Amino acid sequence: MGKKLLLEHDHVPGIQGYDVYRKNGGYASVEKAIKTMSPEALVEEVKKSGLRGRGGAGFPTGMKWSFLAKPEGVPRYLVCNADESEPGTFKDRYLMSRIPHILVEGMIASSFALGVNKAFIYIRGEYYYIVNILEKAIEEAYANGWLGTNILGTGYNLDLYVQVGAGAYICGEETALLESLEGKRGNPRIKPPFPAIAGLYGCPTVVNNVETLASVVPVINMGGDAYAQIGIGKSTGTKLISASGHINKPGVYEIEMGITVEDFIYSDEYCGGILNGKKLKAVVAGGSSVPVLPADKILNLANGEKRLMSYESLSDGGFGGGTMLGSGGFIVMDETTSIVENLFTFARFYHHESCGQCSPCREGTAWMEKILHKIVDGHGTMADIDLLWEIQAKIEGNTICPLGDAAAWPVASAIRHFRSEFEEYVSNPSGVKKNKHYDSVHNNVNV
Amino acid sequence: MAKVTIDGRSIEVPDGTTILQAARMIGPEVAPPTMCFYSKLKTSGGYCRTCLVEVTKGSEKDPRPMPKLVASCRTTVMDGMEVGNNSSPKVKEARKGVVEFLLLNHPLDCPICDQAGECHLQDLSYEHGSSKTRTDFERRTYNKIDIGEKIQLHMTRCILCYRCVKVANQITDGRVHGVMNRGDHSEISTYVEQAIDNDFSGNVIDVCPVGALTDKTFRFKSRVWFTKPMLANRSCDKCCGKVNLWYKGEEVLRVTGRKDQWGEVEEFICNTCRFDKKNTSDWTIEGPTPVDRHSVISANHYEVLTKPSVIHLNDIKPLPLKEGNKI
Amino acid sequence: MADIKFSEDTLALANKIIARYPEGKQKSALLPLLHLAQAEFDGWLSPATMQYVASLLQIQEVEVYEVASFYSMFNLKPVGKCLIEVCRTSSCWLRGANEIIEHLENKLGIKEGQTTPDGMFTLKTVECLGSCGSAPMMQIGAQYHENLSYEKVDGILDTCKAEGTRKTYLDKVVVDKY
Repeated sequence: MGKKLLLEHDHVPGIQGYDVYRKNGGYASVEKAIKTMSPEALVEEVKKSGLRGRGGAGFPTGMKWSFLAKPEGVPRYLVCNADESEPGTFKDRYLMSRIPHILVEGMIASSFALGVNKAFIYIRGEYYYIVNILEKAIEEAYANGWLGTNILGTGYNLDLYVQVGAGAYICGEETALLESLEGKRGNPRIKPPFPAIAGLYGCPTVVNNVETLASVVPVINMGGDAYAQIGIGKSTGTKLISASGHINKPGVYEIEMGITVEDFIYSDEYCGGILNGKKLKAVVAGGSSVPVLPADKILNLANGEKRLMSYESLSDGGFGGGTMLGSGGFIVMDETTSIVENLFTFARFYHHESCGQCSPCREGTAWMEKILHKIVDGHGTMADIDLLWEIQAKIEGNTICPLGDAAAWPVASAIRHFRSEFEEYVSNPSGVKKNKHYDSVHNNVNV
Repeated sequence: MAKVTIDGRSIEVPDGTTILQAARMIGPEVAPPTMCFYSKLKTSGGYCRTCLVEVTKGSEKDPRPMPKLVASCRTTVMDGMEVGNNSSPKVKEARKGVVEFLLLNHPLDCPICDQAGECHLQDLSYEHGSSKTRTDFERRTYNKIDIGEKIQLHMTRCILCYRCVKVANQITDGRVHGVMNRGDHSEISTYVEQAIDNDFSGNVIDVCPVGALTDKTFRFKSRVWFTKPMLANRSCDKCCGKVNLWYKGEEVLRVTGRKDQWGEVEEFICNTCRFDKKNTSDWTIEGPTPVDRHSVISANHYEVLTKPSVIHLNDIKPLPLKEGNKI
Repeated sequence: MADIKFSEDTLALANKIIARYPEGKQKSALLPLLHLAQAEFDGWLSPATMQYVASLLQIQEVEVYEVASFYSMFNLKPVGKCLIEVCRTSSCWLRGANEIIEHLENKLGIKEGQTTPDGMFTLKTVECLGSCGSAPMMQIGAQYHENLSYEKVDGILDTCKAEGTRKTYLDKVVVDKY
């Protein structure tokens, strides 16, 4: 069994409630932080832990915290990014609905470290039922003196609120999230300035993912150095992986970074192998945005060594031969899967979710979806495949926010690794399974 | 002060200047094209991506190049920065892509579009686009709607530059139109039928880079290159009263704000000046308008002026009305 | 125009939400208030409803339209009492989302985007709802229905019909067991 830091008490009955959570060591990190440590020392511990943002980008959390501007007399904010919407990712949902207090605890300790007196959890609207769970946990935290005024008699004050979104993947981008939290359309801001300087209401703000903030709890409890001992290289600690697709045991798994991809897919502790004993064809390892890799490339590195579940190992080989850990949305596809049709669902997704602010993403995502639709439908041409390649290249890097890149990478990687499949759709359309749901009426934003 | 080099030409500019502003100070040869940036509107720019440039050297202190192309309208210069615009193959390639994206759903109805001849998208695609189209998908279309008595919105042509929204936010009181929906379904709309009704609403026509917002009082009356722009003024209690009158023969077909060499109005004008003062007798005529941006207009009238930009407005004597009419 | 006004309880809740934000930043309450409004006023946001919300927050009406039309959970047209939202992105597609959609269409006699004549069901396909590990799935109101099979779908439809009530995102629901 691998080490569990976040889901250690996952199966304790009643862990959702305060009493059981507290009995199992809950809120110890807040006690330790507020009573015995200075905010600066806490930031230092997080830096030492090597904790990296768990939302997808993998940016070192301690460094992000140290960028926070601290002008006199200006409030600072901590916002938890619970807008989990990357296809293939559902770990934050699991964590929040199972152990809501670990997020509340992590947010209190983090707020103290950052000198924040008002914090928000921005959760995607579809998770409305979790709002109730979180609000109950927050209520319990208030009732037990972990939130509110004069916390633990130290004079530290903190209010924590849940803010609900309303259906927009783009709000997972931190500046779009802040816009949405201000009651506006979820249009990403043009950076700089970054939120650490001018975020929510123009004030210095830190935006962290649910899992990141929850991970602050074990970091404080065990100390940054001890946390850094877990995992491998610069991939310290544990990571929640959302496993889905053609596997025997889909679900959320907490892994110690450094186990092999092969182990993760085939061992009974995790995915339990491919569904119905089929062969593995491809994996999208870190949520829909990251490059898809064929079986041999996801299991092994170019030098023949086994690929590991870590930031570095998954990205080994660059964009040509590697992928990314991303948000940990691990989608497994068996030998029967059509890479082209799967890509079409991604392209449709990005088209649906583009905010429409900047032209390459607004027009490009729609264009790519249309071409893929045409190919899937059996009307594609060889020139369409090249055109797709060129469009994604024109989007990548030229947009306001990373959604453009996220839309481009899956297309690029699918063509790079599976070009022959695209060609088959073009040269043998009658052999292609047609599906009537690939239609053009899907894109009404509102019914 | 910061020294910045764009396409090999250097200039010293105050800190906080954007790359685009610095490039414009150097001159039109190095200035990136813009479709959404508008120096008179706060927070404009960043959306269209036509002004992307390559920063090959970040600054004297940190000479690393920037990893991606940046929007020059929203990126401030650093001392020692080196920028590639027309000299950068990457920029050329990206810009070609942006033009293709902007034209993807833009109707090719220039022959019946009032903006033709003074359309920034026409200029842009002429200079940076490809003559071939690579899409045969149906373009998205919308119905034309009247937003107010004098302004028509033809959303089909819109490239979502957000300028008109910023005009409504920043120079009028009470915005009633905005961007609805999202992605490529985004559209400028009032959502419920509503007139944009205030003294400065007409400026949305002037800031629109394409033919999406047009002056209903001018619709289909003439191609712009058959009209003759004249600088004129009147004393107005609402605005500066400094305008361009667009003549065809003796008749004033339309009134617009005066535009600078970047196609931006110098000062916003009120609806009274724009829509209600269409007699020569309403105005004091200053003389013919120097035109240097839109070749199609200048070619028709000012061929003799090989370098229109050398005209100094102060040197032009106001012409007597009668003579002015004859130009 | 019908008289649109929150019930006393909802108004109290709305005011509590508005009070969370710093002075002058009451627009932050827009999304939460639109959720309350949609749940209270027949599952969709009519122009009159949106105008009411604008008046509560003292913002321009167009600011509400812009926001409401941006987010996919706000319905700008009337929907059935049960808005069935079926996920069809990658993981759900891999595990048979298209078949579930087809089954629903046959069962309800409508196509996606349509509402049954009795106003009971509206069928909508949506993008990833974060239930990839329990695919295929659909959401009705606040409730996630996961690991769907044809039989399970039939049972859910029957229950919805028997209950006959409008399902909203604000419903208190039983959390799925993993």
